[in-house]
Amino acid sequence: MHLPTPERLIDKLVEQISPDIGPGGWQPQALVGMHTGGVWVMENLVERLGLREMPTGTLDTSFYRDDYAQRGLHDGVKPSRIPFDVEGRRILLIDDVLNTGRSVRAAMNLLFDYGRPAHIRLAVLVDRGGRQLPICADYAGLRLDMPAGERINLEKDADGRLSLVVSGRKS
Amino acid sequence: MSPKISPNLQLTEDGRLRHLLTLDGLPARILTQILDTAESFISVGDREVKKVPLLRGKAIFNIFFENSTRTRTTFEIAAKRLSADVVNLNIGASSQSKGETLLDTVANLAAMQADMFVVRHSAAGAAHLIARHVAPHISVVNAGDGRAAHPTQGLLDMYTLRHFKGPFHKLRVAIVGDILHSRVARSQIHALTTLGCPEVRVVAPRTLLPRDVESMGVHVYERIEEGIRDVDAVLMLRLQNERMQGARLPSSGEFYKRWGLTPEKLKYAKPDAIVMHPGPMNRGVEIDSDVADGKQAVILPQVTFGIAVRMAVMSMLGGGQA
Amino acid sequence: MKVHIKNGRVIDPATGLDQVQDVYVAAGHIVGLGSGPADFHPNQVIDATGLVVCPGLVDLAVRLREPGGEHMATLESEMHAAAAGGITSLACPPDTDPPLDEPGLIDMLKFRARHMPGPRVYPVGALTWKLQGDRLTEMAELHESGCIAFSQADARMEDTEVLLRALEYAKTFDLPVWLRPQDAFIGRGGVAHDGIVSARLGLPAVPVPAETVALSTILLLVRETGARVHLCRLSSRAGVEMVRRAKHDGLPITCDVGIHHVHLSEMDTADFNSNCHLIPPLRSLRDRDALRQGLADGTIDAICSDHTPVDEDNKQLPFQESEAGATGVELLLPLTLKWAAETGLPLVKALGYLTHRPAGILGIPAGHLAIGGPADLCLFDPEAPWTVTPENLASLGKNSPYLGLEVLGRVRYTLIDGHLDFKR
Repeated sequence: MHLPTPERLIDKLVEQISPDIGPGGWQPQALVGMHTGGVWVMENLVERLGLREMPTGTLDTSFYRDDYAQRGLHDGVKPSRIPFDVEGRRILLIDDVLNTGRSVRAAMNLLFDYGRPAHIRLAVLVDRGGRQLPICADYAGLRLDMPAGERINLEKDADGRLSLVVSGRKS
Repeated sequence: MSPKISPNLQLTEDGRLRHLLTLDGLPARILTQILDTAESFISVGDREVKKVPLLRGKAIFNIFFENSTRTRTTFEIAAKRLSADVVNLNIGASSQSKGETLLDTVANLAAMQADMFVVRHSAAGAAHLIARHVAPHISVVNAGDGRAAHPTQGLLDMYTLRHFKGPFHKLRVAIVGDILHSRVARSQIHALTTLGCPEVRVVAPRTLLPRDVESMGVHVYERIEEGIRDVDAVLMLRLQNERMQGARLPSSGEFYKRWGLTPEKLKYAKPDAIVMHPGPMNRGVEIDSDVADGKQAVILPQVTFGIAVRMAVMSMLGGGQA
Repeated sequence: MKVHIKNGRVIDPATGLDQVQDVYVAAGHIVGLGSGPADFHPNQVIDATGLVVCPGLVDLAVRLREPGGEHMATLESEMHAAAAGGITSLACPPDTDPPLDEPGLIDMLKFRARHMPGPRVYPVGALTWKLQGDRLTEMAELHESGCIAFSQADARMEDTEVLLRALEYAKTFDLPVWLRPQDAFIGRGGVAHDGIVSARLGLPAVPVPAETVALSTILLLVRETGARVHLCRLSSRAGVEMVRRAKHDGLPITCDVGIHHVHLSEMDTADFNSNCHLIPPLRSLRDRDALRQGLADGTIDAICSDHTPVDEDNKQLPFQESEAGATGVELLLPLTLKWAAETGLPLVKALGYLTHRPAGILGIPAGHLAIGGPADLCLFDPEAPWTVTPENLASLGKNSPYLGLEVLGRVRYTLIDGHLDFKR
């Protein structure tokens, strides 16, 4: 299968989100990117949507994952930074790949420990299907249904270029 | 053929942290991982809800055979911020005096569904002994054993250093005071040498230095002026009145005159050197109030960092055992 | 009882004998070496093919834990353990509870020991009342009850005047005084050698001067009084050197080393293993090598086990709170063989440190093979491997630094006074 490039998918997200930015839309007041791929997507969206003035935050869901008992704390925990008041805010949560929905569940739990947001919507670069929780993406660059064993990851090379990589595919 | 050196008691077979007993012999990557994880916990303390759910449902027993309100409190705060249940036990008076052995006490506590023991004891190796005898799902954190080790203090001191002064391989650090009786000093020395600090100095009269202290990879200075000259950080130790035995020091007064950190002495260090102290401070004995309250001292941030470091340690020990 | 021991490798360090031959025993004595008496009809034949047949071992320090230490071990169990270790004569230190400072206690101990299988027991009497170091014991009386020497064991002796008078008094009866050099003040409260391991681990330390300062005092008093002194459990390079010079000067001294100090060092305490908590402490590798050198050049006369059974409750404690000591009677032989193998010393020499040399220090007719002499024999397989486990140790003291490790050398038979007191 030939995958669209991340740039193309960002274009699609921009198309979907733009109408909602201004009056007439739900008007998000802050963007929060989920480490690490979601932060890259957020950085691109900030540029393309012209949202440099909007408060942004990043979060790492390591402390809220539901597989801690089985797997322990995984390496490479990054600090979460939410430098704005979450209380009563409309927040656009951004991730790279939506799969089971567990990461998003963890991200929302984390956000709620900062305060009570008024409204959360979810934007993802790729919704690859395989949901295990009732979570859905409000905005998605691409929606598809990948078989269970396959994985799709957003990667960034040394020059800062993004690419989507599929693995586990049976040939 | 000597009695076998056991594989590192502190690590699992796949190299993850299983107990935290001493910084001696822990690989640099583990120490660094703890510091990096601690960074993520710093912000938890600034939030409305100062908790993460990692250790929810887990029971952490603070077993203090030797009293300490300060250390016990920071472990308790750290555990609660991880959503764990905390049980505090001051063993001193009760079972030990009734003649119950250390291992029996611990076995009884383990039977009460404990998941983690935080242990402070007056004898070196106590935490190791306990760690050798607990069930596989229980982790042991050493909160201080005799003069041997105080690993979480060593780690929070490293966090503090890294935070204010950057990478270890560029630093010159001096530890000043009663090294001989100090578990804090030993942990600091192990951490600094493991993390690649190229110049670790100890400053003390000979009577307060272990005879073979150089074998730990430190440079010995007997005068504070030379000892802290051009250092990036001065790590003060508490003068351990309660641990001094025999004829090692004539008086705390003489100690203060020769090794006490005053503003005048501090001038020998780099102008932007930081001053650290594990607390509680003996003002006028090892440190002058003007220094303790001065702009180079980072003693209060050390306390905040201590909670985050302990959260990091406990979260790395818990989990992964289901 | 007539016993014919066939085809063993008979080694007698006292004479240099090292030969495969038979040994004949009758009525508690050796009646033939090589060839037997005419018309010898044995009640018992022991096939000693592949075994070494040597004089029964003489151990200068075995704590039998009686009286007073029965929670740690009993006379029966330790006598049996000693026999299992090939020991046929042993000296026990006076630090029992109560200490061996009265003839009645000596009589009782000897009586009990005589009436059970196991080695000949030579009690070392207390040098001072209650070992407290201020009043002399009735050395003449104690000697008459059977004490072959007098000692302070590990008890402190502060008053050097008392030490001087004790040596003078002992000299009056030509009785030897056994002393472990340990200053009363230096290293007090210490549990580990003042070296690189105690520096790292923060263990309270015993510096070398604790031994050498005391040794210096003892040697000067020996010079002064001419008393015969046996120095127990050397631990340091500096100490060995002092003894070497003192012997060179002709002082009437002998000395021993504990078998564990021949092998182990402070490095073995690096994991807080309380089975390696010993008195004196295990010192540096350099000190250990000096002890080995001292054995090789004769400065150190004998190796002993310093057998000290300690119960589990008193060992499973943090290092500095644990009771010091290791179980040793069953490791004395295999660890001596190990030392011999490592240094290339022939068996006929190595076994001397466990037989005629300690016997000479004790002043007893043991530790060698002679026609007409007592049939105290140790038959062992020098190649037999065994793992040191609580089950494999006959002693009630399971506190060995070698737990879980394999050693070579297993006693198969021990004859004491011609009786087969131990058979595996």
